[in-house]
Amino acid sequence: MTTNLLTLLERKVLLADGAMGTQLQNRGLSSGQCPEQLNLTQPETVQNVYSDYFSAGSDIIETNTFGGSESRLALHGMENSVHEINKRAAELAVEVRPPGKFVAGSVGPTGEVLHPLGTLSEEKANSMFSEQITALLEGGVDAIFIETMMALEEIEIAIRAAKDLTSLPVSATMTFEIGKAGPRTAWGVSPGEMITRLSDSGADILGANCGQGFDEMAKIVEILRDNTDMLLLAQANAGLPVMKDGKSTYIESPEEMEPKAQKILESGVNIIGGCCGTGPEHIKILRKLVDNL
Amino acid sequence: MTEQLFEQLAQSVIDGDDNESKDLTNKLLGENIPAKQILNDGLMKGMDVVGRRFRDNEIFVPEVLVSARAMKKAMDVLKPELINSGDKMSGVVMLGTVEGDIHDIGKNLVSILLQGAGFDIIDLGVSVSKQTFIDKIEEHHPDILGLTAMLTTTMHNMEPIITEIQKSEFSVKTIIGGAPINTAFANEIGADAFGKNASDAVNKVKALMGDLEQETVS
Repeated sequence: MTTNLLTLLERKVLLADGAMGTQLQNRGLSSGQCPEQLNLTQPETVQNVYSDYFSAGSDIIETNTFGGSESRLALHGMENSVHEINKRAAELAVEVRPPGKFVAGSVGPTGEVLHPLGTLSEEKANSMFSEQITALLEGGVDAIFIETMMALEEIEIAIRAAKDLTSLPVSATMTFEIGKAGPRTAWGVSPGEMITRLSDSGADILGANCGQGFDEMAKIVEILRDNTDMLLLAQANAGLPVMKDGKSTYIESPEEMEPKAQKILESGVNIIGGCCGTGPEHIKILRKLVDNL
Repeated sequence: MTEQLFEQLAQSVIDGDDNESKDLTNKLLGENIPAKQILNDGLMKGMDVVGRRFRDNEIFVPEVLVSARAMKKAMDVLKPELINSGDKMSGVVMLGTVEGDIHDIGKNLVSILLQGAGFDIIDLGVSVSKQTFIDKIEEHHPDILGLTAMLTTTMHNMEPIITEIQKSEFSVKTIIGGAPINTAFANEIGADAFGKNASDAVNKVKALMGDLEQETVS
């Protein structure tokens, strides 16, 4: 990597990738399996997903490590493989990264509730995030993407763990749902609170991911942009899943997504991509939109 | 006087003051108020408000967790008394995320709100196999079984469980929920109810309990 991601973002909008889990399932991952385990057992499958996104036009792809923290891997009895799984995921991505493109290490929530509401101590949370991020860095990632967070305290610990370990860009995104009180995370965090607290913690890029679809995401990005000049990232779900002819499918086809994604871009987002339910077909359309900006 | 204590007890649950909820419960028991009445007129009134505020986005997960803790502290005191007096709890609800799915925030919220509504909860955790559900139903005889899934791929693991229950002698009613679930899907796989969100799930569970009681009577 020769160009710095942040420098590039000052000049142009970049395109991230789409969902990982559904792509792995299309390639035979059974629903009981741990997606991150495939980094070790079926590296070529994971690498194919990475390559497909780069081919579809992604400037940045995320590693298959969303559930790669000790507490998430423990659900599959793999808590002792954190380092191996995360490092390998990054190496696989770096191997297929075209020149001028980027690999971001994905870091998701621990799935536990911090003390005093829950039992997870700040020290333990910090050590779990540090362990995962250290391995991603060793594997050669260009940035750390902390995502799908709902509690401010947890995402702050993750950001600080990342900043303590690297000078590479750190992105921090939370998941909002628009209710009677406006956009809030399940923990009640508003976009304004997120902006204040996370910029203080040292995040280089802020934003929203997952959620209810590209429509809602456009509204959330608009609110975020009204409240900050910081770099913004948005990765929306392809709507919510619905039943169609007895099969579950996501509402927003790539074609339906197009005008909504255009709105997100017009609101002034710096990185756009997809979350649950999106695939390379969505990314191809987003590529076209980004190139037309 | 007692009225006022009930109100204070409900408020202590709403505020999440676990010392206060425990003390007031002890105080009411000391005045020989039946445990069942303390549960219904104090604690559950408080949790009803919490459930409604959560549904209306006035409060969020942290506040619900704090209220649930106040509820639990009071229930620790109340439970032996309820059992002694031979009062049946509202019902027994068994919960679990279906096989292949490890998402449990929604399920845990439902569990908290149901406990708040006085139900006994047996939580089987995440990625629970069909056989485990069946074995545990046989062991515990719950009134209600709640299944959850967050993924479009794992939601299909609900149907075999419900089919197995329908083929069996179990009288357990089923309710399902989770991000990809809707009424059409619930009907299609033969679930007795669908919980749109955590507080809707509590209302539906209460309705199912009513159905069960009627079936026993008739």
